[in-house]
Amino acid sequence: MTFLLRRGLFYLITLWAAITANFLLPRLLPGDPVQAMITKLGGRLNSDAMASLYILFGLDEKKSLWEQYVDYWGTLLRGDLGLSFTFFPTPVADVLSQSLPWTLGLVGVTTVIAFLLGTLMGVYAGWKRGSWMDTLIPVTTFLSSIPYFWLGLIAISVFSVTFPLFPASGGYAAGLVPEFSWEFAGSVLEHAVLPGITIVVSSVAGWILGMRNMMVTVTAEDYVLVARAKGLSQRRIMFAYAARNAVLPSISGFALSLGFIVGGALLVEMVFSYPGLGYVLFQGIGAKDYPLMQGVFLVITLAVLVANLLADVGYLLLDPRTRREG
Amino acid sequence: MNFKTKLGLGIVAFFTIIAVIGEWVAPYDPSEMGDDLLSPPSGAHWFGTTMTGQDIFSQVLVGTRGVMVVGLVCGVLATFLSILVGVTAGFLGGAADEALSMLSNVFLVIPALPLIIIVASMLPSADTVLIAAVISLTAWAWGARVLRAQTMSLRRRDFVEAARASGERTWRIIVFEVLPNLTAVIASGFVGTVIFAVMLQITLSFVGVVSLSTWNWGTILFWAQSNQALGQGAWWWFVPAGLCIALLGTALALINFGIDEYANPRLRKVRA
Repeated sequence: MTFLLRRGLFYLITLWAAITANFLLPRLLPGDPVQAMITKLGGRLNSDAMASLYILFGLDEKKSLWEQYVDYWGTLLRGDLGLSFTFFPTPVADVLSQSLPWTLGLVGVTTVIAFLLGTLMGVYAGWKRGSWMDTLIPVTTFLSSIPYFWLGLIAISVFSVTFPLFPASGGYAAGLVPEFSWEFAGSVLEHAVLPGITIVVSSVAGWILGMRNMMVTVTAEDYVLVARAKGLSQRRIMFAYAARNAVLPSISGFALSLGFIVGGALLVEMVFSYPGLGYVLFQGIGAKDYPLMQGVFLVITLAVLVANLLADVGYLLLDPRTRREG
Repeated sequence: MNFKTKLGLGIVAFFTIIAVIGEWVAPYDPSEMGDDLLSPPSGAHWFGTTMTGQDIFSQVLVGTRGVMVVGLVCGVLATFLSILVGVTAGFLGGAADEALSMLSNVFLVIPALPLIIIVASMLPSADTVLIAAVISLTAWAWGARVLRAQTMSLRRRDFVEAARASGERTWRIIVFEVLPNLTAVIASGFVGTVIFAVMLQITLSFVGVVSLSTWNWGTILFWAQSNQALGQGAWWWFVPAGLCIALLGTALALINFGIDEYANPRLRKVRA
């Protein structure tokens, strides 16, 4: 348990750092863009909304920095992230709770698919070293050097403009109302195909490469030789002996590369106008909607930390050494 | 040096030359509007033209400099930071190590892209150098992690102990005994950082938070996207810039494979 406690503590510190960065940034950087926005909106803001924006962006200069920090936490803990300027007068928290499920669905599923697919391909490429599988490496290196969003653009141009197979934008067909029905679910799936494939193709390469290199290293270990000498089946040696040990760095790397993958996935959402956090962030950039942008940042950080914790639990299950530690 | 490494070095050298001479060899002024609107590639315009008749070939040539400058500046700054944090943490150990490792892990786990987007859009003028500095602040953590692991394996070697026994000061041991043994790791970290920085800068330009007054490959894609080049079938508007990015990224990755193979083969185990 010590392992999980240590990790949990680390994630709490990370969350604190992210929130504090969010607090300090608008106060440190020059200019008061939010003040300008409030002036522009004039009387359309009610006094409650005005007060929380003042607290979130440090416009109340009569208070000390410490008092501002305490107020900031109070506002956050009440779930108040201010009003969005883009979707005025909807609160940021409402905008985020509408778009979060889309991102969790798309990015969560595709990241897991990419991880499993890449790891499996890496296992085979490392096991059958020197075969045709080795040509995968330069090809996937090239694919991973392409920015996610550009691959998305190409996918749109080929599969929805030249050959209109899949829809180019949105999360579901325009006429439908979100509900639990086959028609709606089918439409959601159809719209998720292109962005999903884009994310999988651009993120799979890293897993293949990492897994292959670890498999090559592990295959030279004594316990693999012993397993061979015992006459176990190839399959058993490959998965239960070599792959089980080789996958550990991939899983601990999963946690660290997640932030990067999510960044790329947000861009895919922007390109496909997918109704998730990435597209919301994109709309926020255009309108200089700082409450919305900061809200997106906090929610994404929180999601990444939770995913990290899940990866740690997986690590715990696969590696008995971490369990014995406590 | 094998073929892959040479190929990588060749491509990077090619782009470096373009970065220097691009402005002089470009056939047109990249911002000048012409009469051929949205025309496909031809003898007069190798990569075709934009909605307003700008020459895309010239935009790619001129834009190379912005990309390479950010890559280089970030590579140098972030590598310096990663040496400072990683080697110090690995060499000193103890509480200093705990604190510095925690710092770099925090930077690794926090999603960098949304954070940088917020910073860049709050800055009054997000020009190339400023963006490079902001990217560097988030790009050092991975290098620091790798360097720390490698330094820890060097810390107790005989030659370091010998230097310690002869009364050398700590900073002197680090600079003259430890650092030279980390050259390969530092080099591969540098190349990795350049890839990261170039990707991030192009992404930021594409999203539109970087000043659009100077050209880079990302700004070309920004204009292509905001003028709906896709819907109009103007593939030539976004294909060249994207291919250049992929080519540069692949070349840098090839160089890194070369460094990996050159360096101590046990290196990978340490990272794990």
